Amino acid sequence: MHDAMLEIMSDKGDQVTTAVYEHPLIVRWCHWLNAISLFVLAGSGLQIFRAFPSFGPKIPQHVLINWPKAYAIGGWLGGALQWHLTFMWIYLGTGLVYVGYQLFSGHFRQILFLPRDLGGVWPMVRHYFFFGRKPAVTEAYNSLQKQAYTAAIGLGVLSVLTGLAIWKPVQFSWLGWLMGGFHYARIWHFAVMWAIIFFLFGHLVMVVLHGWNNFVSMLTGWKKNPEYGPR
Amino acid sequence: MITRSYEGKFKRMNRRELLKLAPVLALGTFAIPKYRGRALKRGLAFSDWVSARMFRSGHLAAIFADMQLTPFAKFPVNDYDVDDPGVDLDKWTLAVSGSVEKPGDYTLAAIQTLPKFRQNTRHVCVEGWDVIGRFGGARLADYLKMIGADLSAGFVTVGCADDYYESIDMATALHPQTLLCYEMYDEPLTRSHGAPLRLQIPTKIGYKQAKYLTDLKVTSVLERVGYWEDQGYSEFYGL
Repeated sequence: MHDAMLEIMSDKGDQVTTAVYEHPLIVRWCHWLNAISLFVLAGSGLQIFRAFPSFGPKIPQHVLINWPKAYAIGGWLGGALQWHLTFMWIYLGTGLVYVGYQLFSGHFRQILFLPRDLGGVWPMVRHYFFFGRKPAVTEAYNSLQKQAYTAAIGLGVLSVLTGLAIWKPVQFSWLGWLMGGFHYARIWHFAVMWAIIFFLFGHLVMVVLHGWNNFVSMLTGWKKNPEYGPR
Repeated sequence: MITRSYEGKFKRMNRRELLKLAPVLALGTFAIPKYRGRALKRGLAFSDWVSARMFRSGHLAAIFADMQLTPFAKFPVNDYDVDDPGVDLDKWTLAVSGSVEKPGDYTLAAIQTLPKFRQNTRHVCVEGWDVIGRFGGARLADYLKMIGADLSAGFVTVGCADDYYESIDMATALHPQTLLCYEMYDEPLTRSHGAPLRLQIPTKIGYKQAKYLTDLKVTSVLERVGYWEDQGYSEFYGL
């Protein structure tokens, strides 16, 4: 069903639109469940951070940033931990299902960023941000998209690993060791969150730029008037 | 593969596909105040269940060299009420009860007849900070044998001079690094750090390492879990 193409005759019979089936149900479920989980994890994570907003010593404490309570989720450390330790399972589960689906279906080949895609990144960046001409559409995902969506998975994996290192520093001591110890794992977890938020910002800009039909495809699976032909 | 379709049919299919996203709305449970508390408690309980499964009795918490110790003056004191609840150190005893062969009041001297273990381990606070401290005391496992505790019981619970209370699972109680601690940095515990006796458990979060112990009970029935847990914090919180 993936990549299936339709030629849709209008009711009046005067127009033909094409539509392609871009996103299977499992991808859409994972996308929205993961998006909501990420929002809750970032919000509750920041409330947890507020309990000790520093990466230095406790005595003396040097506050790195006073993140406003209004922009965090949970209200207090106990509440924030409840949200965080609940939604992390939805985040992990949907991440695993999504990656599993990509591998099992073979569709990871469309999205995976490989060394040969490196050359295509700059022309895409130049087109979006520096008024360069639009590169020809030759594949389902362009080099910049591949870079973004591959990086997003990588960051997702890092967010889980760094989180595990600070949640279970004794049982997963080897993970913490790889990161430089518990103290550093906490810094990496925080940094990875910001990297994900940076990705998210870029992602939302692209969603807006690519219009309604593209956005709808993540809801119904179908994208009208795709830029590319049958594959 | 290209197929023909019609506008009306396409619209209906899109609507069906959209409705198939309905399961995502299950997360809406968390948006409804009436169900939110229960849903979050279940989520936390699940995390605790996984944590208990992850605990390995034979796995030790990292130990550190003396030069890696946080200076004593920089080892924070935390409390929920007062730093020093005014324990009468001369008259202090530990009141032991529950599933044990030898209940009663134990003096510090009695506990100190057990072999002393010293360890430099990381103390992690739920707030997010950590320090490396030097702790000394008797293994809780040795003490449980001394009092003839039923080791198949579920928990060891403690009460404290400031009315703080805690409980730990038996597997953690028997872990070789779980101490009935009476020394810090090779000196007897100071008042604010829990004199004369505290729990020191490098495989647990800080709030489970209760200070100024007054009671100890071996039991399988928990009426209450712990001061912070009963307010919504994790019950197992093993590291």
